[in-house]
Amino acid sequence: MAYLELKNVHKWFGNFHVLKNINEQVDKGEVLVICGPSGSGKSTLIRCINRLEEIDKGEILFKNKSIHAKDVNINQLRADIGIVFQQFNLYPHLTVLQNITLAPIKVRKMSKDEAETIALKLLERVGIKEQAHKYPAELSGGQQQRVAIARALAMKPKVMLFDEPTSALDPEMINEVLNVMKDLAKDGMTMLCVTHEMGFAKEVADRVIFMDQGEIIERGTPEHFFTNPTHERTKAFLKEIL
Amino acid sequence: MNYQFNWKLVLSGQYGHWIIQGLIVTLKISFISIIFSLIIGTIIAVFRLSKIKPLEWFSLAYTEFFRNTPLLVQIFFWYFGSDAILPKPIKEWLYKQNFEFAAGVIALTVYTSAFIAEEIRSGINSIPKTQLEASRACGLSFIQSMRYVILPQAFRIIIPPLISQFLNLTKNSSLVMTIGVMELTYMARQIESYTFHGFEAFTVVTLIYIAISLSISLLINLYNKYFLRNLKY
Repeated sequence: MAYLELKNVHKWFGNFHVLKNINEQVDKGEVLVICGPSGSGKSTLIRCINRLEEIDKGEILFKNKSIHAKDVNINQLRADIGIVFQQFNLYPHLTVLQNITLAPIKVRKMSKDEAETIALKLLERVGIKEQAHKYPAELSGGQQQRVAIARALAMKPKVMLFDEPTSALDPEMINEVLNVMKDLAKDGMTMLCVTHEMGFAKEVADRVIFMDQGEIIERGTPEHFFTNPTHERTKAFLKEIL
Repeated sequence: MNYQFNWKLVLSGQYGHWIIQGLIVTLKISFISIIFSLIIGTIIAVFRLSKIKPLEWFSLAYTEFFRNTPLLVQIFFWYFGSDAILPKPIKEWLYKQNFEFAAGVIALTVYTSAFIAEEIRSGINSIPKTQLEASRACGLSFIQSMRYVILPQAFRIIIPPLISQFLNLTKNSSLVMTIGVMELTYMARQIESYTFHGFEAFTVVTLIYIAISLSISLLINLYNKYFLRNLKY
């Protein structure tokens, strides 16, 4: 049974048909990599899953329940579905530790001590425990992105969404973020990653989907995707990117 | 010109006492109105950005209405006109207090909060949209996002225009003398009519207003500096 399911999803930005009849299923613990040229709708797709964007047609089911059902508490839904952005989007006026503990305290109603214990464990896991009391601006891009991952994980999410998490990073910082993501994948986290890191896709993805102009035009295992893509557009894309 | 300056007269004895009394009332009415106008201004600003149509309209009407009518008219309205619309229990309670003072606070608060709301709204708008998105994505509600993420950042940006509003309010508080609040200007006027030493009385009061204004600026700037120390982008 699918953990997360998209059924006939359509979305328009004005006249622009950004998502065209998307059908996809993600199982628990699965790592799905979404790639494609810019403007193909990949970011919009994952942003629909935690309702940062609303779909216009179709249905998205999380644990067999529509995320648009009337009795769904959107804040609880979002607490269960973590997201990491391209630009980190840390809160600049709060320390690293406060960035991570804010939502657990206010949304999960954890005590401050409990939230801080969890935050410090997560910071240790992403390798920057010693930065806990610094402000985001004092950290490198790679470190900021690892804080952003820790911030999302502190909510104990069931699914993690990654929206081009390494695209804004200097090349030498990409690996430190990817390693955290690989580690997460090995731990069995259900992940949807929009990324152009093909090495990451080869190593940890269970499946890869390729989007172009709002449609999924290629899907399969990383092996199939990299060695034997069927669609011409995919071949052209891979030729450019590899 | 044979005007005899007599500074001692207005600075000591009964008249000196009046000035102190007036100063206390001015500080009191300004302080209370600043606090209330800050709270109401924040609420009105958040209403405007709430994406809930009736609240947006209310906020728009509030700011436009109270920014675009003279403060003196508003003071008279609350003092002479509110009688007709306030429920009886509230009216009775207000009359038992100091009604002039209460009407003054309401007028100053409502008037200034309309300006403050606009400052706060522009402050909020200057914070990147991604901050609201990031906090909402963690499951914080709109109100929580405003309170813990957006407003703390916005307030730091709008400190300078906010100081101007506080200074305006403090100086505008002199207008409530027209409804008989015995604040600084009222007292100066009274000393003038008792002693005919208007020059001294109004000079002293002018200096006091300058001192109050500079103290407000200084205090807020210190507060701001203390917090800004931690704010790096």
